[in-house]
Amino acid sequence: MDERVLIQGNEAVARGAIHAGCRFFAGYPITPSSEIMHCMARTLPEVGGVFFQAEDEIAALAACVGASWAGFKSMTATSGPGFSLMQEEIGYAVMTETPVVIVDVGRAGPSTGQATKPAQGDYLQARFGSHGDYELVVLSAWSVEEAYRETVRAFNIAEELRCPVVLLLDEAVGHLREDAALVPLPVTERRKGPLGGRYFGPTPEGVAPMPPFGSGARLHVTGSTHDPTGRRMTQDPRVQGELVAWLSEKVLGRREELFRYEAWDVDDAELVLVSWGISARAARAAQLQLRQQGYPVGLFRPITLWPLAPAVLTEVLGNREVLVVEMNRGQLAHELSAMLGPERIRTLTVTDGRVISPGRVAEAALAALEGRG
Amino acid sequence: MRAKGWRELIREDFWPPPFCPGCGHGILMGAIMRAIVQTGLDPSRVALVAGIGCAGWIPSYIACDTLHTPHGRAIPHAAGIALTRPDLRVIVIGGDGDLSSIGGNHLIHAARRDLPLTVLCANNAIYGMTGGQTSPTTPPGERTATAPRGVGERPFDLCALVAGAGAGFVARGTVVRPQALEGLLGKALGHPGFSFVEVLTPCPTQVGRRKGLSPVDHLRTLGERTVPLARWRTLPSEERAARIPVGILRGGDEEESWT
Repeated sequence: MDERVLIQGNEAVARGAIHAGCRFFAGYPITPSSEIMHCMARTLPEVGGVFFQAEDEIAALAACVGASWAGFKSMTATSGPGFSLMQEEIGYAVMTETPVVIVDVGRAGPSTGQATKPAQGDYLQARFGSHGDYELVVLSAWSVEEAYRETVRAFNIAEELRCPVVLLLDEAVGHLREDAALVPLPVTERRKGPLGGRYFGPTPEGVAPMPPFGSGARLHVTGSTHDPTGRRMTQDPRVQGELVAWLSEKVLGRREELFRYEAWDVDDAELVLVSWGISARAARAAQLQLRQQGYPVGLFRPITLWPLAPAVLTEVLGNREVLVVEMNRGQLAHELSAMLGPERIRTLTVTDGRVISPGRVAEAALAALEGRG
Repeated sequence: MRAKGWRELIREDFWPPPFCPGCGHGILMGAIMRAIVQTGLDPSRVALVAGIGCAGWIPSYIACDTLHTPHGRAIPHAAGIALTRPDLRVIVIGGDGDLSSIGGNHLIHAARRDLPLTVLCANNAIYGMTGGQTSPTTPPGERTATAPRGVGERPFDLCALVAGAGAGFVARGTVVRPQALEGLLGKALGHPGFSFVEVLTPCPTQVGRRKGLSPVDHLRTLGERTVPLARWRTLPSEERAARIPVGILRGGDEEESWT
């Protein structure tokens, strides 16, 4: 596979998943993500995989977790309402250290909202939607080609860290058709052994191996607090404390290498736009236009939405003014405020179900430049 | 006839199980182990999947690959295993609340799809672990923690429910007759598609204590209320209503009917 094609963002996700070795998909119909399911239903039987249309999104992600323990790389795709139903199972995947990829093609909420309109309102839910303390990895894409690449990366990270990885798209990227190069990318395989009896963290060796069911390991996989052998330990404060710390630290400890981003013209910028997904395309258009007009404006585009790397943020954003552009009420801005201090963070937020226009970004950027003194 | 070698299926490092004195789950656990051995299944090719509740603890003490999932979700997890790994025999074990209340939608769809699963429902007609609340199978009139004046709703007939949803093998047994239960479990494990066994079992802590029934009387009552299907059919209709037929209700040698 090394081809330039004209395809949709949702189809690119399916192509990336197949390339990454995904051989099980379970989903439930929902706009605007259904094309991912349609592609997987067509393709999986041709590559020895299994497709399953579940009775709801709870069952969809549960089946993915079951298939993952059966030794199959697994994915589901949904949108906000389904993503809400999946939160229970995301916590289970975190607790059992199960690699699984969840694609959330964002639409305008809350609740049923505007099913065919794009939004980026699920960022904080992606990080905090399930109960208890945990961390997972959240990726994004602003183009069809990046949707392909980040899907592959989502699978690789899921295997390396044994945790759920969320790919946040939005309706606009999901339904966008554009030219994309689907090039071969490195693929991380499941580490299935050795069968040493310790299959859950924390272990001194880091992330434990994950033998599949039927390999003779006689696994005990539980969402209850457990020791590295899988034994339920529901009264021991030490085990509880160490497990919760492990589940978070194995993700946060890799934040520098997990954090992928792009930046333009930030070195001499007095104002840096920060934007992700489809919003970043509008921000990029505005930033180019403003530069041409001589304004000292840069753009910083996180591709990894969580974990963020504070060292990179500090280095790139320096002491500059920041204008966060996103299609929600300021969710990434909320995190950046916590990391960089709220006084430097301005926001341009749009929640009317439309993609932000470059004109609005330019207007907000000029206002920010004027108001900085 | 007792199967030899079933003791090797005890997950010794997790032993002992946490069940209350008088609970039937230990009997069911033993019956599952013996049925696995009796049917000649390779224990390392058996996947046990459970949800939350006392019955969800049963597989933790059996030395097969075990997935202990969130409340109600055992069946869709089992689906993911069974669909990808036809070489594994997948057994779901749960209680009446787990499988028929919070997990009820998954249960009927698994039966409809004829997924290759054996689902065992330990039905004690109560939420035991959480303190004796009404479940979908609590008989009308029973007093529970959440129906202090008596349950006013109709219960599910779980066997009729899954049969209506298309299950190819449906049976009901009790922990009062463990050898008959082993036989039913063995037949269920031999069924290629979706099979369901309802296992009637007492909860001495949340039902027996409330009713003033000793564990022994509780078992005796359960034994007296249940009759083999063939005999149940010969009973006069008013007596049928008071008794519960046990045995293979669908998928046996002859065309079965219990309603």
